[in-house]
Amino acid sequence: MRGIVSYSAYLPYRRLQRSAITAALGQGGGRGARSVASYDEDTTSMGVEAARLALAAAPDGAVPGLVSFATTEPAYLDKTNANALHAALGLPAHVGAYDVVGSVRSNVAACLLAEAHDGLAVVSDIRTGLPGGGDEANGGDAAVALLYGEGDAVLAHGIGGATATAEFVDRWRTPGDAASRQWEERFGEHAYLPLVEAAVTDALKSAGLTAGELDHVVLAGLHSRAVKAAAKVVGARPEALADDLSAQVGNPGAAQALLVLADVLDRAQPDQVIAVVQLADGCDVWLLRTTDAIASYRPAVSVRDQIAATRDDLTYASFLTWRGFLRREPPRRPEPERPAAPPSLRSTAWKYGLIGSRDEAGFVHLPPARVSMASGDIDHMTPVRMADTKATIATFSIDRLAYSLSPPVVAAVIDFDGGGRFQCELTDVDPASVAIGDRVEMTFRRLYTTDGVHNYFWKARPLRSAP
Amino acid sequence: MSSHGIRDQVAIVGMGCTPFGEHWDKSADDLLIESSSAALASAGVPLDDVDAFWLGTMGSGLSGLTLSRPLKIDYKPVTRVENFCATGSEAFRNACYAVASGAYDTAMAIGVEKLKDSGYSGLVVAAPANDGTSVTITAPASFSFLAPAYAKKYGVDEAEMKDVLTRIAWKNHRNGALNPRAQFRKEVPKETIACSPLVAGPLGIFDCSGVSDGSAAAIVVRAEDAHKYTDTPLFVKALSFVAGPAAGPIDPSYDYTSFVEVVRSAQDAYRQAGITDPRAELAMAEVHDCFTPTELVLMEDLGFAERGMGWKEVLAGTFDLDGELPVNPDGGLKSFGHPIGASGLRMLFEAWLQLRGEAGPRQVKVEGRKNRALTHNLGGAPGACVSFVSVVGRELG
Repeated sequence: MRGIVSYSAYLPYRRLQRSAITAALGQGGGRGARSVASYDEDTTSMGVEAARLALAAAPDGAVPGLVSFATTEPAYLDKTNANALHAALGLPAHVGAYDVVGSVRSNVAACLLAEAHDGLAVVSDIRTGLPGGGDEANGGDAAVALLYGEGDAVLAHGIGGATATAEFVDRWRTPGDAASRQWEERFGEHAYLPLVEAAVTDALKSAGLTAGELDHVVLAGLHSRAVKAAAKVVGARPEALADDLSAQVGNPGAAQALLVLADVLDRAQPDQVIAVVQLADGCDVWLLRTTDAIASYRPAVSVRDQIAATRDDLTYASFLTWRGFLRREPPRRPEPERPAAPPSLRSTAWKYGLIGSRDEAGFVHLPPARVSMASGDIDHMTPVRMADTKATIATFSIDRLAYSLSPPVVAAVIDFDGGGRFQCELTDVDPASVAIGDRVEMTFRRLYTTDGVHNYFWKARPLRSAP
Repeated sequence: MSSHGIRDQVAIVGMGCTPFGEHWDKSADDLLIESSSAALASAGVPLDDVDAFWLGTMGSGLSGLTLSRPLKIDYKPVTRVENFCATGSEAFRNACYAVASGAYDTAMAIGVEKLKDSGYSGLVVAAPANDGTSVTITAPASFSFLAPAYAKKYGVDEAEMKDVLTRIAWKNHRNGALNPRAQFRKEVPKETIACSPLVAGPLGIFDCSGVSDGSAAAIVVRAEDAHKYTDTPLFVKALSFVAGPAAGPIDPSYDYTSFVEVVRSAQDAYRQAGITDPRAELAMAEVHDCFTPTELVLMEDLGFAERGMGWKEVLAGTFDLDGELPVNPDGGLKSFGHPIGASGLRMLFEAWLQLRGEAGPRQVKVEGRKNRALTHNLGGAPGACVSFVSVVGRELG
């Protein structure tokens, strides 16, 4: 039996109250809040965070057969974004890493690929639109990772599914555009609903089930009117319909179906049937059955706990700035240099995996050093991965002069549990509340982009409140 | 340890120092011409009599041509050195060694920096191509780590600490007000200092040294030849330079209340000079007050105050112009700004004036055992720096 053996969502720390949009523009907005990727996050870095959480909850020693990465907002074209995830997770070279990017529907391909190879599917998206528009208010930013495998650890496995594909123009975005466009709303509904009906019928038939036997139904898609209408087409019991989290997170595009699935899995009981129905350039339906293993599975952090640990007081001005809609006066400091490719390659283990070196006496050198500071011995070191080790702030400073997309920079010196001192930036933090002795954990971020080169590295953030 | 020093082997016989400030109308070439001409005139030496040159600059030019081209030096050795913010001192140290070695009779140490041409706030250093993983924090942020760490370790509350830092800035501006070469030549009220906009951590603008252009130069000869040039040479008693393993940023035992490099270079320099009680044996000290907490910590690292007592000594006025050991009588980096390559030589220039009794309204007492001066120059950040200490005196022995 093959199926999902671990999973996790990742939600960024900040959420924007939709009323903040209305307050600023006198239009748009609405009720509830949407999640917002920080200024130092992109779909790749969020994907790393989701993947780290999924692997933290995976069976011991699980190594994905491959990494597949889906998003509508890839950080790079031409260059494979999944490789940054591969490096940050410290995976061996013989594990493949592949992008399937561009459309919402690419998430299906990422999962099919991972399922076929006991791989890790990572779906990550950052969604917005022009200021005042519906996509801006109703979009959301999130990442989800599913690890597939076999055996007793399987939490949920496929029992059937179907697809219906059709070519029509409902929603589109030309590469480079900041916002997507949509045809008249009623047309999309007209195009989608027959496809939903066909796919759902075929899927139920393939599993020998009726709609009434579905315990959880995940409905996803950017065409909210069609998705709403699709619920009736599916015909499941009303209580089986999963909360789409639009009030707390918004619609994270390619990540929506898996985010809601993760939330369902957080609460699912053994031997339940979950239907995932996605409306994206057609309709895809997956039917999953949970196993006994789900009763004892503990996610690294549940979707609801993540929502509870985030803040929803982001200002609309910060949101616009972070998404590039508001160009702000920079400090009178030079922009950072782009990271150079050869030194970045030489230090891949450090830059992406946060792997330092430990000498024979146990002293941890960060960044990794060849010469022991204590003994002077050369090359008597063992690698030590710090990415998942917690740390304590030894000292810090609010740097109001340093270049940042979100000043001020909070610089900290942190001491890792078990040894190792490191100077780094703090993120997802209120500068006024930082104190010596605060506990922090590492998070993978995009520090800045220069000449189109994204500089990925690690920062520390206050521990997210434990569940 | 076999750092033997060159005590009393080399003497300074002439010095020059430009005013420091925003020299929009002067290039690095102009500043070099100005300071070298003043130093040569001061020593009564024509340029042709200088056998070798050491030029300190961090970013105002590469190679010896940076000096030989504007001065039209006639096929002589010119060495360009860089050692972070201690660059000027490093030029001086190497020039002294060249003369002490017997390789040359007369050498010039000269430093210059044009910081104001960059158009940026604060110091900008171009890093070599790298992997993008070093943290991009600024100098004020890295030095601001000192203040809370010191306060916590010695039980100084936040308000007292602010008073201590404020008083250091106030004292240095007060001294600088008496110095025609300083960038800032007026006293600054303590309230203005204490309420200045924050730059990094607890440090306000007035806790930071300024950004300026400047140049300074010294002519050094063998000690036995010194009186051919002047009746009042300064003899080099000690030169110490230390680069550490940059342990602070990676060693959890480092607590940001001391510069180990400074402690080591001070110990070395005192041993070379035969100084056992710096507070009683120095007439003055010029120290690297890049930020106010730096000067506080230096008072302890250089042995001017007991550990944990520096802040009380600052408040008591021990290091004021009329205090027991005047520190930064010329106004320091605080009043001069910090044109990197020039600062170390600018510090020596104040020792040159003070020990020869030429400091005018800033003149400190030079009498009895208190007949030597110390300069201290550091580069880098707390826990990972280079440190220079010199001792000079007007008498042999």
